[in-house]
Amino acid sequence: MIVVKNMAKTYKLGDMEVHALRDVSLTIEKGSFVAIMGPSGSGKSTFMNIIGCLDYHPAKGEYYLDGVDVFKLNKDQLAELRNKKIGFIFQSFNILARTSAIENVELPMLYNSGVDSKTRHERALAALKSVGLAERADHMPNQLSGGQQQRVAIARSLVNNPLVIMADEPTGNLDTRSSYEIMEIFQDLNDKGITIVMVTHETDIAQFARTNILFRDGNIVSNVEVKERKFAKEEILKLPVLDEKEILT
Amino acid sequence: MRILNLLKIAYRSLSKNKLRVLLTMLGIIIGVASVIAMLAIGQGSKQNIQASMASLGINSVMIFPGSVNSGGVRMGAGSYSTLTQKDAEVIVAKCEYVTDVSPVVTKSSQVIAGDQNWHTNVVGALNPYFSIRDLTIAIGNTFSTTDEHTAAKVCVIGQTVSTNLFGADANPVGKLIRINSIPFKVVGLLVVKGQNTFGQDQDDIVVAPFSTVMKRMLSTMYLNAILASATSEKDIAKAEDQISVLLRIQHKLNPVDQDDFTIRSQADIANTFESISNVMTILLACIAGISLLVGGIGIMNIMLVSVTERTREIGIRMAVGAKSRDVLFQFIIESIFISILGGIIGIILGIVISLFVGRFGGWPIVITPSSILLSFAFSSAVGIFFGWYPARKAANLNPIDALRYE
Repeated sequence: MIVVKNMAKTYKLGDMEVHALRDVSLTIEKGSFVAIMGPSGSGKSTFMNIIGCLDYHPAKGEYYLDGVDVFKLNKDQLAELRNKKIGFIFQSFNILARTSAIENVELPMLYNSGVDSKTRHERALAALKSVGLAERADHMPNQLSGGQQQRVAIARSLVNNPLVIMADEPTGNLDTRSSYEIMEIFQDLNDKGITIVMVTHETDIAQFARTNILFRDGNIVSNVEVKERKFAKEEILKLPVLDEKEILT
Repeated sequence: MRILNLLKIAYRSLSKNKLRVLLTMLGIIIGVASVIAMLAIGQGSKQNIQASMASLGINSVMIFPGSVNSGGVRMGAGSYSTLTQKDAEVIVAKCEYVTDVSPVVTKSSQVIAGDQNWHTNVVGALNPYFSIRDLTIAIGNTFSTTDEHTAAKVCVIGQTVSTNLFGADANPVGKLIRINSIPFKVVGLLVVKGQNTFGQDQDDIVVAPFSTVMKRMLSTMYLNAILASATSEKDIAKAEDQISVLLRIQHKLNPVDQDDFTIRSQADIANTFESISNVMTILLACIAGISLLVGGIGIMNIMLVSVTERTREIGIRMAVGAKSRDVLFQFIIESIFISILGGIIGIILGIVISLFVGRFGGWPIVITPSSILLSFAFSSAVGIFFGWYPARKAANLNPIDALRYE
């Protein structure tokens, strides 16, 4: 589904040339749940941005998403690709401020002319329901916790029925319980057949994926299946429950 | 569908930033309001001048005696008596661009009736004087030809004179007044005309037959002026030329001599005033236009700041599938909306200010549809023009750069 061949990318910082990606080739099958790991500056975010079609600056190599030669598309076609086939989740949630949860979730469909306003509302509500926020549809972001905001972002990424969800450090700003709740949603979605590509630097979060890819200095150094995969439903139960009485005494 | 969505996006975005929208609009509101108010005031004063000019008799041509030039020392116009009754008769007989002519003599006199007295200007003139000056009789009559032939002691008085001699609502017709101890019978009362452009009270007047004033009061040969009325407004210049030629012949002037008379028409004065008021209107419009421009730059500033401030938002929108042109349109729609709404509020405010000035400032106000249209078109144009640049800037962002913007 995602096929990358000899991808290379160079930034210019003044006189210095930074090789963010040197020579990356990778195939991600449909239904995968991939966690991309690596230290800062290893090129993992650059890679995500390119396969997520968020970076208009050209990169070398070839990239096919769902059989489409992405590097041959113009900006408008890339926008349509992002709208219809990719759902994004970011570390800083990136939901619109002063905009209710439901309006945030409706946003991708406003840029999809094939959806009328009634369907838009229904689908947005359904997406919010699937992440357990149906009753908070009219809440503003500042009335929601970090975990809830991230779930709004997930609902937003789902409404246009994407082929792949790309998450850039989705749990980076969250506590452990919220992180596991997010992973639970990811694993559910993945079980339904949605491909998930996730960048993370937390090894325990990577354990929830099916495959772990390690980046270093702009190259992939390992691509292994996760042994002893963790399941969020079980892990949440293992978390210590704060007992009010214990704290008070 | 697509445009509807874009409108919805712009509406949502605007409704979440009401204060910012209002502050941006303020510039346009003030600009449009001042354009409308200033044009209304300018137009109003122009019409006011035109109306008061028309009250003097728009077609009238006035001939005054010329200035004296004795030994190089020149006196002012009218300082020398050159016009005679004969001149007036020649103009009547030979000038085809002139309909009515009346010689005019004036004498400032004390007028007495009963125990009241009043100082006013007594005008001796022929019957056409009334039509030339656009004076109409309210009660009674003007004088007859017989009155003129017999130098009858009759007169027509203005409302100011009547009020001062007989009281505010009295009917003066048939009563006797004494002018320089000569008893005159009042035969007519003039319709109230009010002040002229120069602030003179046009109702403070006594008109008596020409021969009466000439023979009984002045015993002179010379006239203070000749009043004539051109056949139409566009014939005024021709009438002036013809009168000039006739009078030069009549006065036996050599070609090298200067005119010993001065011709003025109401149209000349009206034109001068009109051009003054035009200049004033243009000046006011310029000031208003500048404030509109400043308002437009205000929109651009806010939109530019807004683009920077909302870079993340633009990034998010692009990430979920907004095309460059979607972002472009969103920002343009926002700025057009701001300027059009600001324009509408400005128009209302401008009309209110104009009416306010008209009501409490005693200033005539004319709100023309063209001024409303002009300012509205201008504010919309300002919106598009000043919204375009920030919108383009937003639309050309690289999604990932926009998302990462702090």
